[in-house]
Amino acid sequence: MNGIIELGFWQVLSAYIFVLIVIVVIRVRGIKRELDVLIASVRMTLQLMITGYILVYVFNNPHPLLTISIIIVMEAFSIGTIFTKFKKRLSGGLKKVIIAAMGTGSILCMVYFLLAVVRIDPWYDPRYFIPIAGMLIGNSMTGISLGIKNLLDGMTSGKALVEEALILGATPRKATKAILDNAFDAAILPTINSMLGMGVVFLPGMMTGQIISGTSPTIAITYQMAVMLGILGTVSLTVIISLHFGYRTFFNKEAQLIH
Amino acid sequence: MFRFENVKYFEILDLPSLFIEEKRITTLFGESGSGKTTILRLLNKMASPTEGMIYFKDKKLPEIDPASHRREVTMLSQEPVIFDGTIGYNLNAGRYFQDMEPASDGSLKDVLKRVDLKKDPGDTAAKLSGGERQRLALARVMLLNPEVYLLDEPSSSLDEGAEEMIFEMFSAFVKEQHKTLVMVTHSRYIAKKYSDGIIYIKNGSGYSGEEK
Repeated sequence: MNGIIELGFWQVLSAYIFVLIVIVVIRVRGIKRELDVLIASVRMTLQLMITGYILVYVFNNPHPLLTISIIIVMEAFSIGTIFTKFKKRLSGGLKKVIIAAMGTGSILCMVYFLLAVVRIDPWYDPRYFIPIAGMLIGNSMTGISLGIKNLLDGMTSGKALVEEALILGATPRKATKAILDNAFDAAILPTINSMLGMGVVFLPGMMTGQIISGTSPTIAITYQMAVMLGILGTVSLTVIISLHFGYRTFFNKEAQLIH
Repeated sequence: MFRFENVKYFEILDLPSLFIEEKRITTLFGESGSGKTTILRLLNKMASPTEGMIYFKDKKLPEIDPASHRREVTMLSQEPVIFDGTIGYNLNAGRYFQDMEPASDGSLKDVLKRVDLKKDPGDTAAKLSGGERQRLALARVMLLNPEVYLLDEPSSSLDEGAEEMIFEMFSAFVKEQHKTLVMVTHSRYIAKKYSDGIIYIKNGSGYSGEEK
């Protein structure tokens, strides 16, 4: 009953049966996604193994520069993921906005959350800094992706409406208000939904992890609450920054749409 | 009121000089593709010259805030966009974009009557015909209070009788309100009957006076 059940090599390997099942099912149904499932599974395995070893090293040798470097890598990776997702749809200006939003939004919230809410000591303690920063950055990445996708789609399908609003004397901000509101809604909705279902529909990953590793559920809950609020704040801030400056990249200084 | 100095717009327009006087009805007349719509867009700042300078009341256009300028110089495009929603919503859209209070129900009904659109403000705008959409868009700009109206072929989807009625009504409206009107038309008859001055546009250049 007490202690953690450590998963041995064969136990982990036996979990890969799920991959085999999925591959067989999609092959039988002719969905042609076998390679994607295989690549995702292999990548997940390798990435986690490498991360595991790196974290062991970092936890044993805590250093401010090391923590900062890891945060920079995480930020860069998440920004790169957003850029890859949109391929050529992002203008140079919009790319800069995404970098600025990810950088300022997530770092501001991260610093406040870790130093004022959790109050970690020393401030660079990797055991807290890295996993919590990862959650904040990861959720911001998803939020910005959804927000930017909806902004791009809205500016494409609603171009004539925006142009008409400008002709009628709207400022670019007012002309794009409906698109921006919609993009913000879409970006924040997954976080809101996850908060609504939390504890009833599912137990979140962080809380589950803490409980399995022996932490009292009451402590796990307080952490989860704080982290969820941190995620809500970070996602909202990064999305607001990206949309607030993002829409401007569609206009020139004469408030004309850049075609 | 408007003065063009050596204005060029890509290969489309080349206007060494052009004047548009205030409180008059000026018609830009010419074949399709001659650059008339581009001139309206330049006046409204929806486009900017690639060379030269346009002055509005002796002020350089690039020095004027675009949104404020478009509130002073309101354009009705040839194929105006009708927003999803009711006729009343569409009528008030321009006022909303210009941070004005919505017009009263009485004003909405009155303006619909003026453009001869036999609909109620509560009706949906989605099912309107091309001509009805043009009337609705015209009514929408009539609820604004600009100094200058720019109309780009406001009657292209109307039959001849309706076209004449719309010009009769609108020219009277701008005169009674002491506004300036610059309009584009392909109809020589309309241009001659309702204009105080005609600017002929041919292959991207323009001239006043008699048609050459």
